[in-house]
Amino acid sequence: MTTTHRRIRVLVAKPGLDGHDRGARVIVSAFRDAGFEVIYTGLHQTPEAIVEAALQEDADVVALSILSGAHMTLLPRVKALLDKAGLADVLVTGGGIIPDEDAEALHAAGIGRLFGPGARTGDAVAYIRTWFTSSGRAET
Amino acid sequence: MAAVAGRKTAPEREMARALAEGCGAGERAALARAISVVEDRRPGFRELLRQVAAHGRRAHRTGITGPPGAGKSTLAAALARVWRGAGEEVAIVAVDPTSPYSGGALLGDRVRMAPLRLDRGVFIRSMATRGAGGGLAEAVHDVIDLMEGSGFGRILLETVGVGQTELGVAEAADTVVVVLTPESGDEVQAMKAGLAEVADIFVVNKADRQEARALVRRLRDAVGLGRGRSAGGRGADALAEEPGAPGWTPPVLTAVATAGEGIIALADAIEDHRRGLAESGALEARRIARAEARIRAEVRAALEARLGRVAGDGGFGEAARMVAGGRETVYEAAQRLLAGGGILSGDLEP
Ligand code: B12
Ligand SMILES: Nc1nc2c(ncn2[C@@H]2O[C@H](COP(=O)(O)OP(=O)(O)OP(=O)(O)O)[C@@H](O)[C@H]2O)c(=O)[nH]1
Ligand SMILES: [Mg+2]
Repeated sequence: MTTTHRRIRVLVAKPGLDGHDRGARVIVSAFRDAGFEVIYTGLHQTPEAIVEAALQEDADVVALSILSGAHMTLLPRVKALLDKAGLADVLVTGGGIIPDEDAEALHAAGIGRLFGPGARTGDAVAYIRTWFTSSGRAET
Repeated sequence: MAAVAGRKTAPEREMARALAEGCGAGERAALARAISVVEDRRPGFRELLRQVAAHGRRAHRTGITGPPGAGKSTLAAALARVWRGAGEEVAIVAVDPTSPYSGGALLGDRVRMAPLRLDRGVFIRSMATRGAGGGLAEAVHDVIDLMEGSGFGRILLETVGVGQTELGVAEAADTVVVVLTPESGDEVQAMKAGLAEVADIFVVNKADRQEARALVRRLRDAVGLGRGRSAGGRGADALAEEPGAPGWTPPVLTAVATAGEGIIALADAIEDHRRGLAESGALEARRIARAEARIRAEVRAALEARLGRVAGDGGFGEAARMVAGGRETVYEAAQRLLAGGGILSGDLEP
């Protein structure tokens, strides 16, 4: 019996009008090098478009990069739309310029870990791998 | 190992039934999950494909291929918009390469398809090659079948940016569009790589660039000389016998995909080609050829899997020592292994 080997599919997106995409590009490369299948959707994504793409791509993880300061509205909106689309079990994580107290509030609202400037990409990779294993997705 | 009908577990059958039903009802989440099941070859994927096939729907399949960065994704999105304008529903599969080092992939074609992102009549799926050759992924045919069974009448398949002899697209598509650009340099290179033989339609994209007209002229000359599709049939071996639309000469069109120029003419050419295939019976012949190629691939894969198990039991090593030691001939060893693996019993002579 060959057991199916699941690849982790991660959708990386930049929500809103934020044009800082260096961090997102760094993350995309790191994820690919970690063996993830990374769907990059590019700049200027609305929460609606991000959720629709996550649905079509059957993404395990939605990873958002945001440096604009609009994270307190955009991230909860993505999470709410995912829940509404029946994708409550998709991990929402991300990074950018996000103060610690905001990250805590977002965490309470169901959003996963957020990684700031200078974050080691390996930590984000390890975080996603651990989540993936404990989510039970690896076995489906 | 393949789950035979009797051994299929209830949850697998239930999964297949629920997803197939969702696909039939046009539920996007069901199609998305069904694609993952098939792509990962998860338990029950064959049953799922069987049930979705039972919907009996038919789609037209357009393949878009060409060198990296030629504008395939931009063109695919523009084409999809034209079809949407005509009320058709469009599914797009975009394939990008898996890194042989990490097993990961960067699937970036969606970036160029932004105008489609909230249109409910469009479904876009990115796929990694996962080690398959031919510029496609192993499961791509199955994924297209799922999209077809979910009611999409137009399917667009974007291959990886092809270099040489990655011509799987000829097997997967009814109509193949080859995209070239002035800066992709030497179209002679493309001709050598066999792209010309799989082209049903050429598009010179980035026609806003100076050198485009010269490229168009050279391509038209080449097609006129009979190096195109009409003369020799498609290049890929398995399809060498496959008929084209009678009297079809691949047109050489121009486009500026980023500005939407030339896209309606391209859609018209695709439609002409489709109609020519359908009316001559060649469309059905192409479908049959495609089915045969897929069956052969499946049979070959199953045989190889069997062989792998024989070898895995140390069978090859032992046989090799026997043959090297002069105690058995190569042919005796091969026959013994084939019989032992239940692959072929009796004499090797046909
Ligand atoms: C370079 C830069 C720019 C460049 C961007 C170039 C580009 N294409 O990316 C340019 C000059 C264009 C620019 C413009 C602006 N910028 Co600017 N910019 C920066 C700067 C100096 C560095 C950002 C950067 O590229 N870092 C390098 C990358 C690799 O790091 P990173 O993005 O932080 O990503 C890391 C982590 O955050 C994390 N991460 C990030 N995303 C994700 C996602 C996931 C999934 C994960 C797991 C991790 C993760 O991992 C990465 C690797 O460690 C920052 C200041 C700073 N020190 O951060 C300001 C900064 C972000 N910019 C700022 C501002 C205000 C602007 C402008 C509005 C300025 C203006 N008035 O015009 C414009 C807006 C442009 C726009 N449309 O959005 C502010 C934002 C303030 C805020 N959020 O409240 C900052 C913080 C400067 C400041 N202190 O004021 N900027
Ligand atoms: N000038 C010009 N640029 C174009 C045109 N069409 C596409 N481009 C640009 O060419 C680049 C590549 O376009 P894509 O659509 O991503 O090309 P692709 O063939 O899908 O690329 P891969 O999938 O990476 O092989 C992008 O920057 C496009 O904006 C065009 O008609 N004219
Ligand atoms: Mg592309």
